[in-house]
Amino acid sequence: MINLALKEISHTWVRYVLTAVGLGLLIGVTLTMTGLVRGLMDDAVALVRGTHADLWVVQDETQGPYAENSTLYDDVYRSIAGLPGVADVSNVAYLTVQARHGDTDVRVLIAGFERDHLGEPPFLLAGRPIVKDHYEAIADVKTGFKVGDKIGIRRDEYTVVGLTDRMVSSGGDPVVFITMKDAQIVQFQKDNTSIYNDRNRLAANPQLNRPGVPGLLNAVTENQQLNNKVNAVLVQVAPGYEPAAVADTIRRWKHLQVYTYDQVTQILLVKVIVNALRQLGFFMAILALVSTAIIALIIYTMTMGKIKEIAVLKLIGAKNSTIAGMILQQAWGLGLIGFAVGKAASTLWAPFFPKHIEFMLIDTSVAFVITMIICTLASLVGIRAALKVQPASAIGG
Amino acid sequence: MLFQKGPLGPPKVSVAKVQKENLKPSVFGIGTVEARLSYAIGPTQAGRVLTALADQGDRVQVGQVLGDIDPVDIDQRLQSASAAASRAQNAVMVSEAQVRDAVSRNALAQTSAKRYTDLFAAQAISRELTDAKQNEATSAQASLDAARATLAAAQEDFSRASFDRNAVMSQRTNLQLISPSNGIIVSRDAEPGTTVVAGQSVFHLIDPQTLWVRTRIDQSRFYGIMVGQTASIVLRSRPDAPIPGKVVRLEVQGDNVTEERFVNVMFNEVPNIIPLGELAEVTIDLPPVSDALVVPAAAVKRLNKQYGVWIAENGLIHFQPVTVGVQTLDGKVQILEGLKQGESIVTHSPKQLTEGLRVRVEPVL
Repeated sequence: MINLALKEISHTWVRYVLTAVGLGLLIGVTLTMTGLVRGLMDDAVALVRGTHADLWVVQDETQGPYAENSTLYDDVYRSIAGLPGVADVSNVAYLTVQARHGDTDVRVLIAGFERDHLGEPPFLLAGRPIVKDHYEAIADVKTGFKVGDKIGIRRDEYTVVGLTDRMVSSGGDPVVFITMKDAQIVQFQKDNTSIYNDRNRLAANPQLNRPGVPGLLNAVTENQQLNNKVNAVLVQVAPGYEPAAVADTIRRWKHLQVYTYDQVTQILLVKVIVNALRQLGFFMAILALVSTAIIALIIYTMTMGKIKEIAVLKLIGAKNSTIAGMILQQAWGLGLIGFAVGKAASTLWAPFFPKHIEFMLIDTSVAFVITMIICTLASLVGIRAALKVQPASAIGG
Repeated sequence: MLFQKGPLGPPKVSVAKVQKENLKPSVFGIGTVEARLSYAIGPTQAGRVLTALADQGDRVQVGQVLGDIDPVDIDQRLQSASAAASRAQNAVMVSEAQVRDAVSRNALAQTSAKRYTDLFAAQAISRELTDAKQNEATSAQASLDAARATLAAAQEDFSRASFDRNAVMSQRTNLQLISPSNGIIVSRDAEPGTTVVAGQSVFHLIDPQTLWVRTRIDQSRFYGIMVGQTASIVLRSRPDAPIPGKVVRLEVQGDNVTEERFVNVMFNEVPNIIPLGELAEVTIDLPPVSDALVVPAAAVKRLNKQYGVWIAENGLIHFQPVTVGVQTLDGKVQILEGLKQGESIVTHSPKQLTEGLRVRVEPVL
């Protein structure tokens, strides 16, 4: 028995395929939109995930270091290192700057890390890790830097020695890793004019500038210009200990705020990027609705366009079920080809987007199921119309 | 097949072979140029600067007078002390004359007493007369002793006055600012007329032969640095012209806030323009290691505080723990244990590697 659907299509297969492609592109756009939202969520937690820390210790009464600013002394880690259940501690510092490269500058998040401790970039795409204590950097590929490039950050020039991937800030800015000492200088050392200004103000204070106490002014100036703060301390919990329990100990006895990995990702997703998520989420919902409507309309139109042929078929004795089957199969065909085209297109154009797009299996599956349901429902309307057609109308009756 | 090749396939990793090489490890640190010997020259008591004879940039000799503090009344006190010394000297002369006088009188009295005693023995004169003369003799002797004692006292007095005058003289010379060493004046901190207090510096002086870079080395990279190792110094003002130097001292006290230790690296040849206070980058050469098993630094990872490398075998990777030795600044790491020469290890990967992950190995170019 011939397959009526295929036979019918074979006459106008160009139009059919083009329709499917058009449908596919629309589905592709919707899939991309979903991928954008997922990408946004993935970006938000990329840096957190990449550090492999179990606990984030930040300034008391803040929700830092991502949602709010948090400042700690850089020797706080010593008092945490000795607590039971703590396997490793590390200082981290974050600051968003425009890194100069040639004639342009790139918006990056500077991440300061302690070598041989948590916070180090977990893998390298190219180059080597940071070996010197100063003036070397590892950049995410999204910065556009290459190994060997010289970039300018504040008052110093850094050499890019390695490249990594998927290291972005919650806002999607690529990360540049430098040693903690350099990061402290970048974050806390002021420009020269401010430094002179501060020194002059101190020198003008007669309480601090006493000729009879020669070293006093120098000591006070030095103290004022210390760069000994960091933004957070990362903690790795020893095997056999509960992160929540260790967090409680730190909170209670060290009077610092502590967040577990889950809490930090929650803060990032729920508080930091919530507006961007909502923005995209609304658009995605509208897009999905519109796509649904258009797909339904296309299938309905396609079916309605074949009323004459359906009448002829009925005339020559085709059964209703055969005709219904034909319409349904054609709709499914559109759906399948369209979905395949859409998935392929979105996979192909995703790398060209400036920010990360993440396709998850669950999203793709759900989209597929919805597409097929829409096709089925839309075809049902067409089937209903087709079944009502009078065979006589085929010959002008 | 779609899942074997192309973007949906296993991640591609780059590998390198473990090689035997001669390594030249080195340690990097930044520091500032300082002088080992630097002096702050100023008065030991409050005063006013009278003259400043040297200025910033002057080369001075040891013992050179750089300036004076206003002596105020010291000159007058010196004159007073001199006058007192003269007076004491004259008092000595008076005493000497008195001694001579007493000597003469005593001689006469003794002779007379002797004569009268002889006469009394011959019963030519009365006892009373003899006794009187005897008394005169004793008295004259006593006067002589007294005169001699007075002379001694006057001489001591003169000594004391001389010492007092020397003391004022020392105070006077103390008001001169004298250079304690050959060197260069770094700064002139007070102009003539300025009031300075005890301990405040008027000149800062350094010995440029003792210029070195006080280099900060992270405590974790410090082991292996020794006195005598060669180093390369790059001054911020001359980034393209490294200057050779040598490690001369490892400071005993480290910095416990910044967790660094200090290494003093001296210039082999002091630059013409003294770069005091300038930022410098120092690379210290550690002893070379020959025939070391070497891997690229990008291959060494830390997992649960254990150093190791990822090895790809039959498309799966696994973590091989290793013991690392020295590192070079161009990204090579010595492997002491855990690998053999010629083994392939993973250097770069497009994502985080986990034990047992399936990967594709990119052919080594």
